[in-house]
Amino acid sequence: MAVAAPQPQDPTPVLSLQNVSVTFGGVKALQDVSFEVLPGEVQCIAGENGSGKSTLIKVITGIYQPAPGCRFTVAGQSVQTMSPAQARSAGVVVIWQDLALFNEMSVAENIGIEAVLGATPRLVDHAAIRRTAENALARLGADIDVDARLSEFAIAQRQIVAIARALVREAKVIFMDEPTSSLTRTETNRLLDIVRTLSAQGIAIVFVSHRLAEVLEISKRVTVLRDGRLVGVFESAGMSQSRLTELMTGKTFDQSVKAADHAVSPVVLSVNGLSRRGDYAEISLTIRKGETVGLTGLLGAGRTELALSIFGMLQPDSGAISIDGVPLQLRSNRDAIRAGIGYLSEDRLSLGLIQPQSIEDNLVLPVLDRIIGRRLISTRKKAALVARWVSDLAIRVGRPVDPVSTLSGGNQQRVAIAKWLAAGPKLIILDSPTVGVDVGARAGIFEIVQRLAHEGLAILLISDEVPEVYFNADRVLHMAEGRIVGEYDPRRIALTELEAAVYA
Amino acid sequence: MPKHVVPRLLRAHPTETWLVIVLAVICAGLSLTTTQFLTVANVFNLLNTSSVNLIFAVGLLVVLIAGGIDISFAVAASVVQYVAALALAGIGGGGWLSGLAIAALAGMTLGAVNAALIHYFRIISIVVTIATFNIFFGLLMFFTHGVSIYSLPEWWTRRAVLFEYQQANGTWAELTLPVLIMSVCVIATWVLIRHTTTGRQLYAFGDHPEGAKRLGINIAAMHFIAFGWLGLMAGIGGLVQVHYAQEVVPNALIGRELDVLAAVVLGGARLGGGRGTVLGCILGVFLVSVTQNGLNLLGVSPYAFKMIVGAIILAAISLSSAPLGQMLARGRQRWQS
Repeated sequence: MAVAAPQPQDPTPVLSLQNVSVTFGGVKALQDVSFEVLPGEVQCIAGENGSGKSTLIKVITGIYQPAPGCRFTVAGQSVQTMSPAQARSAGVVVIWQDLALFNEMSVAENIGIEAVLGATPRLVDHAAIRRTAENALARLGADIDVDARLSEFAIAQRQIVAIARALVREAKVIFMDEPTSSLTRTETNRLLDIVRTLSAQGIAIVFVSHRLAEVLEISKRVTVLRDGRLVGVFESAGMSQSRLTELMTGKTFDQSVKAADHAVSPVVLSVNGLSRRGDYAEISLTIRKGETVGLTGLLGAGRTELALSIFGMLQPDSGAISIDGVPLQLRSNRDAIRAGIGYLSEDRLSLGLIQPQSIEDNLVLPVLDRIIGRRLISTRKKAALVARWVSDLAIRVGRPVDPVSTLSGGNQQRVAIAKWLAAGPKLIILDSPTVGVDVGARAGIFEIVQRLAHEGLAILLISDEVPEVYFNADRVLHMAEGRIVGEYDPRRIALTELEAAVYA
Repeated sequence: MPKHVVPRLLRAHPTETWLVIVLAVICAGLSLTTTQFLTVANVFNLLNTSSVNLIFAVGLLVVLIAGGIDISFAVAASVVQYVAALALAGIGGGGWLSGLAIAALAGMTLGAVNAALIHYFRIISIVVTIATFNIFFGLLMFFTHGVSIYSLPEWWTRRAVLFEYQQANGTWAELTLPVLIMSVCVIATWVLIRHTTTGRQLYAFGDHPEGAKRLGINIAAMHFIAFGWLGLMAGIGGLVQVHYAQEVVPNALIGRELDVLAAVVLGGARLGGGRGTVLGCILGVFLVSVTQNGLNLLGVSPYAFKMIVGAIILAAISLSSAPLGQMLARGRQRWQS
């Protein structure tokens, strides 16, 4: 896809850093990293968690001070150190993933918040704030009612509000932290349009993103970090996702189709004509023993609603679900769990795991009845169960009593999977299992998926990243607007064709 | 665009619009069923008796907007009453100005104690103010032995009538000084939260503390301003309550914190911060006092008041926070899941 090129007549970087090193208590978070942003360019910083991406942004915005020996250049001028105030006056604005907007305030005030800052109390000029906001939104070509409360808008529009706020602060470089992680495809495209508009106005955009496809689609250059070191700065044109993954992780991954035929295995899950008004209609599918069925489609296609219905948490209006040929009457997810269905939630942070509780307590939650001694919970049985699953799924934990929130995304996901495996399911639904999991750790998750399928578990793998289902499922179902509109065999279709079908 | 005013109001200020409707219905009902409700004397009486609660309420509103909560302000007001009575006796009586100055200073000091505990020890406000509620009240009872003060300076207890009006039946309707003080407090709070940069920062801080911090808003200042303002209002409200009751009684205001909190939340202020208006606050306080006044006029047993007021608060809050249709839809979903 075409991207507005940096202005050729002005090659002076808006911002450049050389030889940045940051050390926290002996740990080198950044080592000798150099980084520069050209006016109006769209760049991306790619790297796994802990690669130093956020440390680098915090150095640029003056939150962290680097070790002596580094050089900053702002608009061609060399500066000694960077403070938050200097970063601000240099036009560096970061839009964090949580946006840091005020939901109860009006759109106008969110955009023009600058006008009410400062320690000395003044009277507020509401009309001026409103004008500022309207102008900023007009520059983005966005049509948002500035008088409405921010909470009335969806995340995509809030993001535009956050960008408008950055414009009011006279941004020359806007850093966006994981901007597309909760956007639908259409919303992402709109955001990318806005990014192009800004770029044409000479404002540089730097994305920090996990989503490799987008990284390559919109940026002209990619700065790759690994373990606090600069791997290099690469042109996006001609770069493939697998090559970028290798650069980020320093490892090569098996990118071969693993699909196999399971036509002779017994059917585990059978869904027949399942409909729920407003969510999905006429869904029929089967999953056999040891088979992994991929379910993909855009956000809002009804995938999660379907999964929740199979898991008994949403009641379908009509249709039938059976496990091992036995029809199920699911009144709640307790019935589904008893029938041998496990469901890994797409929202690990707030639904999948109880973050402040310990690893062991999370793990035994669905199987509390199995660790009871005479009357009460047996700590011995609990410890044995936890030890078994921790070693079985190679979960890297400090101590099982540490809170789950202390683990990395990949290890948290392993705990969440182990939790369901402990319940001994016949079918497990994995809803977007790699959200918030590093590229390197994703491969580990899929190794587990392969092994479970091999051991005879039926798996429904839901993901909006087409390559994930393409490489890891035996069959791929495409869902759109609540219906299954296509079924594909990864062995008989190229990835690009499948992507074209889904993202069309 | 006058024809869009009502839908616009409903969308922008759902709670306030809803409360105006409920209040209007109750008032209309009482005007039809009783002869006394819609008289100048009764309306003035409502204003006079609601003054103290409304002064407390706008103070508490500021704390709620900033994301805090305070249940110690009513006993803080009692402490201020004692401190003011003793200090005024010490300076030989004083007057309204010196009285207000002493009450304001004492009230803000107690508010600052709460703010300091919350800010420097990072304890959540509900826990801090439960503790200070007990400490303030304990100290007060310990030092006063629960003894009331009846000999107060003459200016403090003399009824000050601002405006009077003789009704057809010969009785006098009087608007008294507390209403003036209340009006000043309400307008001052409205200017603070709606029209000053500090007020908008309080909203931002209550809404998203981390976001406010990243914008460079001074968090310590926010705590001290919010709790200081409530302290100020508690002090002034305490002074006015003595004027009204003509005596200083240590436990006179115990329990008032929950009445005021209910009225403020009824008025649309959100526990959790970032939301609330002075208008909503006024409506919340008057909805409660009109209901009590109406029950009184209807001859309902005073023992039933609390129960009925509680039920009305519950009904009004559940209806105003979620429109009926939405609530039913959500109920359906929950039932199904």
